[in-house]
Amino acid sequence: MTAPVVVFAIGNPSRGDDAIGPVLAERLEAAAMPGMEVIVDFQLQIEHALDLQARRLAVFVDAAASGATPFALQRVAPCRDRSHTSHALSPAAVLETYERCTGQPAPPAWVLAVRGEQFELGAALSPVACRNIEAAWPQLLALGRA
Amino acid sequence: MTEANPLETDRTPGLKRVVIETLTRVEGHGKVTLLLDAEGHVRQARLHIVEFRGFEKFVQGRPYWEVPVMVQRLCGICPVSHHLAASKALDRVVGATELTPTAEKVRRLMHYGQILQSHALHFFHLSSPDLLFGFDSDVARRNIVGVAAAYPDLARRGVLLRKYGQEIIRVTAGKRIHGTGSVPGGVNRSVPRAERKALRAESGRMIDWSREAVHLVQRLFEQNLEEYRDFGSFPSHSLHLVRDDGAMDLYHGGLRARLADGTKLLDHLDYSTYWDEITEEVKPWSYMKFPYLRTLGPEQGWYRVGPLARVTGCDFIPSPLAEQERRAFLAFDDGSAARATLGFHWARMIEMLHAAEVIEGLLDDDDVSGADLMAHGERRPRGVGVIEAPRGTLIHHYRVDEHDQVVRANLVVSTTHNNEAMNRSIRAVARRYLDGRTLTEGLLNHIEVAVRAFDPCLSCATHALGKMPLLVELHDADGAVLDSLRRS
Repeated sequence: MTAPVVVFAIGNPSRGDDAIGPVLAERLEAAAMPGMEVIVDFQLQIEHALDLQARRLAVFVDAAASGATPFALQRVAPCRDRSHTSHALSPAAVLETYERCTGQPAPPAWVLAVRGEQFELGAALSPVACRNIEAAWPQLLALGRA
Repeated sequence: MTEANPLETDRTPGLKRVVIETLTRVEGHGKVTLLLDAEGHVRQARLHIVEFRGFEKFVQGRPYWEVPVMVQRLCGICPVSHHLAASKALDRVVGATELTPTAEKVRRLMHYGQILQSHALHFFHLSSPDLLFGFDSDVARRNIVGVAAAYPDLARRGVLLRKYGQEIIRVTAGKRIHGTGSVPGGVNRSVPRAERKALRAESGRMIDWSREAVHLVQRLFEQNLEEYRDFGSFPSHSLHLVRDDGAMDLYHGGLRARLADGTKLLDHLDYSTYWDEITEEVKPWSYMKFPYLRTLGPEQGWYRVGPLARVTGCDFIPSPLAEQERRAFLAFDDGSAARATLGFHWARMIEMLHAAEVIEGLLDDDDVSGADLMAHGERRPRGVGVIEAPRGTLIHHYRVDEHDQVVRANLVVSTTHNNEAMNRSIRAVARRYLDGRTLTEGLLNHIEVAVRAFDPCLSCATHALGKMPLLVELHDADGAVLDSLRRS
């Protein structure tokens, strides 16, 4: 049976604070929250639209290179944005792709953008990112229980 | 990551510089500078890579058996290619000169699954908006959502082809991403029969859709022949692997280099000593090196890799439908599509069709469910692995010490091989479409279309939210901004 809540945790674990998403995913998987599926990937792509099928809620967790510290939580709606992330889609574009491909409304969705500060290949999580993860964790749990 | 490159050096009086930062829908971050003379003519075009570095250092000091898994983190787009190229190199280190039939076929299945999903993404998601809506259309429309709105069935096929390729990767590598299936000396899993059966049930549809995609590109060429034929085009040498009989083989073979006139310069070259024939030049303004064929030298020895090089350079494609399409491609308009930069798109779809056919054949082969997974042999200190990744020839080269640690690594990735060719393509487009001293969306669109034909992977997988503006600036020789254009 499809879990009603899907969490997309996005990021490359070997690129410094880009690991914020995968680190939070590991915590979620360890917490084994009922009714939740966690999907980890380097970046969002068109096939992730299919992972929205039959969901009650979608949560996108990602590192943010700018914006609010320690994190920002925003509702995201399907949108024909420009997705200037090259081979990667934005959460809004994934939702829009779902609607266009299925003809069904996308589930309600939130973006949890946790602030990072350095993204070099081979770098470890920065102290700032570690603190921001701790700050974001209760919020992520609350979303999962909603 | 989008700061101006401090290594840019040419400050000749009377020249001004056009800077285009962060190409959209190209993996990673890139910046284009166009150097103009006083008359506004394009004197030089440079594609700068601002963070393509550190790969080799990333794996030094690691135990060799970790490397095939580690290198997948180099790139969010082609991790399977790095996984397999590293495995092939380290096969040599563990003395596995010949894999078991099961290991060889499982890896091939994984690789062709990667080719299918990568090519599907590129065509349906990245390039079809350019091709279907025209190069001058509104940028907001020229994306996958625009395609989905105007061509809902095409967009859906793109998603499902991509998903199918990912499923092939999952059953062979163990996971959709960060798989562990390929290891030095073989594989650590085979494909369960039930998984094969489920995938086989869908393979015919994937072949049909791939073939229709080939025909779609052909129709686009027929409808836009004048524009497509010359767009960003130039004569080029080529490099790729071929099988012993000259057939296309994207997993293994010897190196073949053809001159621009089709003459073979190298054929069936054992890639374990690739450095005897291919070397790299460093230029002060880019972190990306410039490979060239030694015998021709750095000025004349640059070449192209990837789908166009492979489809035009092989003697035949060993699957019936793709071979039929290859012949049509080569014959089209007296060979003009096979020489065109936009011919990459047509060639890419022919390869996608070939991948779908190969996948179907492998799913019917009981060897991929076999139990003999590993080969062994005499340990060696060095290994080279070469694979034809979706974007072109990918070289992994490692030295391993007596403590099993990687002490030296050299990676020559597909996009690096295409470095000079991309610069030439940009220059050709800019010379045609740059209008005096003003930056236009139209120029930007055309440059992006030219670069995108190569499907470059400029960097790897850092994509944090809020990092992707698109900035175009026109500078004079003193650095003053004359004009700017920004997308965000």
